[in-house]
Amino acid sequence: MIMSQIQTKRPAMAPNPPVFELIEVEQEFSVPKPGRSLLSRETVGLKALDGVRLSIAQGASLALVGESGSGKSTLLRVLLGLDAPSGGRALYRGRPIREARARGTGFARDVAMVYQDARGSLDPRMTVGHLIAEPLRHFDIVPKAEEAARVAQLIDRVGLPTDAASRYPSGLSGGQVRRVAIARALASEPSVLVADEAVSGLDVSTQAQLLTLLRSLQRDMGLTLVFITHDLGVASYLCEEIAIMYLGRIVETGPTDAVLERPAHPYSAALRAAAPRFFEPIPEPLPGEIPSPLDLPKGCRFSSRCPAAQDDCRLRDPQLGQQGAGRAVACLHPLTSTEAQASETR
Amino acid sequence: MKDMATQPILTLSDLSVHRGAAKILDRVTLSLAEGETLALVGESGAGKSTIATALMRLLDGAKVEGTAEMAGAGDLLALPERQMVKLRGRRLSMIFQDAGSALNPSYTVGRQLITVLRRNLGLSKAEARSRAIELFTSVGINDPEGRMTAYPHQLSGGMQQRVMVAIALACNPDLLLADEPTSALDVTIQAQIVRLILAQTRSRGASCIFVLHDLALASQSCDRIVVLYAGQVVEAGPSRDILERHRHPYTKQLKSCVLEIGTKDITAPEGTVPPHSEMPLGCRFATRCPRALPRCAGEAPPLQPARAGADGPLDHQFACWNPE
Repeated sequence: MIMSQIQTKRPAMAPNPPVFELIEVEQEFSVPKPGRSLLSRETVGLKALDGVRLSIAQGASLALVGESGSGKSTLLRVLLGLDAPSGGRALYRGRPIREARARGTGFARDVAMVYQDARGSLDPRMTVGHLIAEPLRHFDIVPKAEEAARVAQLIDRVGLPTDAASRYPSGLSGGQVRRVAIARALASEPSVLVADEAVSGLDVSTQAQLLTLLRSLQRDMGLTLVFITHDLGVASYLCEEIAIMYLGRIVETGPTDAVLERPAHPYSAALRAAAPRFFEPIPEPLPGEIPSPLDLPKGCRFSSRCPAAQDDCRLRDPQLGQQGAGRAVACLHPLTSTEAQASETR
Repeated sequence: MKDMATQPILTLSDLSVHRGAAKILDRVTLSLAEGETLALVGESGAGKSTIATALMRLLDGAKVEGTAEMAGAGDLLALPERQMVKLRGRRLSMIFQDAGSALNPSYTVGRQLITVLRRNLGLSKAEARSRAIELFTSVGINDPEGRMTAYPHQLSGGMQQRVMVAIALACNPDLLLADEPTSALDVTIQAQIVRLILAQTRSRGASCIFVLHDLALASQSCDRIVVLYAGQVVEAGPSRDILERHRHPYTKQLKSCVLEIGTKDITAPEGTVPPHSEMPLGCRFATRCPRALPRCAGEAPPLQPARAGADGPLDHQFACWNPE
């Protein structure tokens, strides 16, 4: 009976617009022109995001993967409504994100964030109890009398020791600090959790503890999870979907297992190959480094490092397009094209 | 099957490091054969970096006990500083974790490499310069002549790490210590740098100690693995023995936390490393060990061979009273 109640309370799987939808999102920053003279004010446009298409459904778990300079953090700021994109549309449940954010506290309550630098995101002069109570009060979640009980509940839910409420962040380990940040994010009872490298830089055992916590939270509370990571192992453990970014564009999306088992974009294949695997010889890595976004290669932005680049790759810039069930890839010559065609004709 | 080829280049015996009341390394014993690559793995506080810094004699304000015999050089921990200065950079060199802060920000990278070459090898300015360009080329730096005049901040993290590898290898050292050389880098760059370090040390016949936290990467890059927990060696041996026939419960736990692509189940261990004030006197893992016996916390288990009859220092050894 309880189960059916929960199910009717929750919105059905698909009728509503997706939680987030990005349509041709562009983010251009104006930066000093390289090599300009000292007094010159010449600037050039730097496209940190370029033609980003992404849709995140209610209850989905999406890993956003890419190397430094791929535009993950810029995309995050657009999702959170901190920056308006310079082009394209960024929607939250069908409305422009900036508009949703400006109107009342609904957006801020519903979309919670766990920052990369968890320790830096917590006021060192506040106890853990106060830190967790802050969002409770700000969003008026519980009556004052129930505040302490709710704080204790949250502390317990994220696996902190019960006496943590009276401690300060400085007295906590790196793993515990991240748990506090998660508890704070959950305090406003959000339906969306956005986490930026929430488990990076931790010991493997601490990382394993946090990942099992995040997965159980996501499943038990039906959270929509957007998880930024550079670790494909983490992505494949935690998220059902994956979006791989390169130089400001999503180059491949789809179900995590399918994308990682049979990557269609040569960049996804290279990332996959570079991830450490027991006793596999370290494969020939990609040549060179990610180019400067001020000096994008002509045609496909990956063509300068792509082991499978052909002549037309240096002329045409591929957009993210459908590639088999639930998958999309931005490549003129996707790796599995022959297999994909074969399965389509069958 | 011990012959001259497996003569150890380095033998560490009972290395302990005290900082105040805390014993941050506890009787670490290990040896490294000529031409071998060894991984020190473990989590924060395991003492991996402390071992490397102690060998370089760069530990400040700590009491160091034990011996570290390096072939042809003597005990690194007892040598007078004057002789140590001659060893550093020539026979023994180190790649630091964060190249961005290990390089001097106020000199060009070319000058930093040339200084090392001139001081250690006594080359002339012109010789050192052409050797520096050769080295930059060999570590995969594009436009090496142009990069000679670049300051560290003008280079990406991957390029800075390549510069550091070039400096560390400048004088063909016999032993290279690489302290998490790729932990700050993206995965594709990590693969480039690890391959580079391995290729460069192998072509020179040098031995290498990698400090790593990633067991999978250790298995890909090193002949042998030493697993450390809270300053103690808990298991050591050939990489395959450690990962597939491990005996120590901590090694098992560490391996079970590794996320490969496609891993859907991990068992997260309970708790954390105890603070030094609460460290058990015996096996330091006893407080978190699922197989702990009453004697474990009080009595430190010695390293013992994993197979009967195999007692060579390079064989598989573990320290546990109740092994897997």
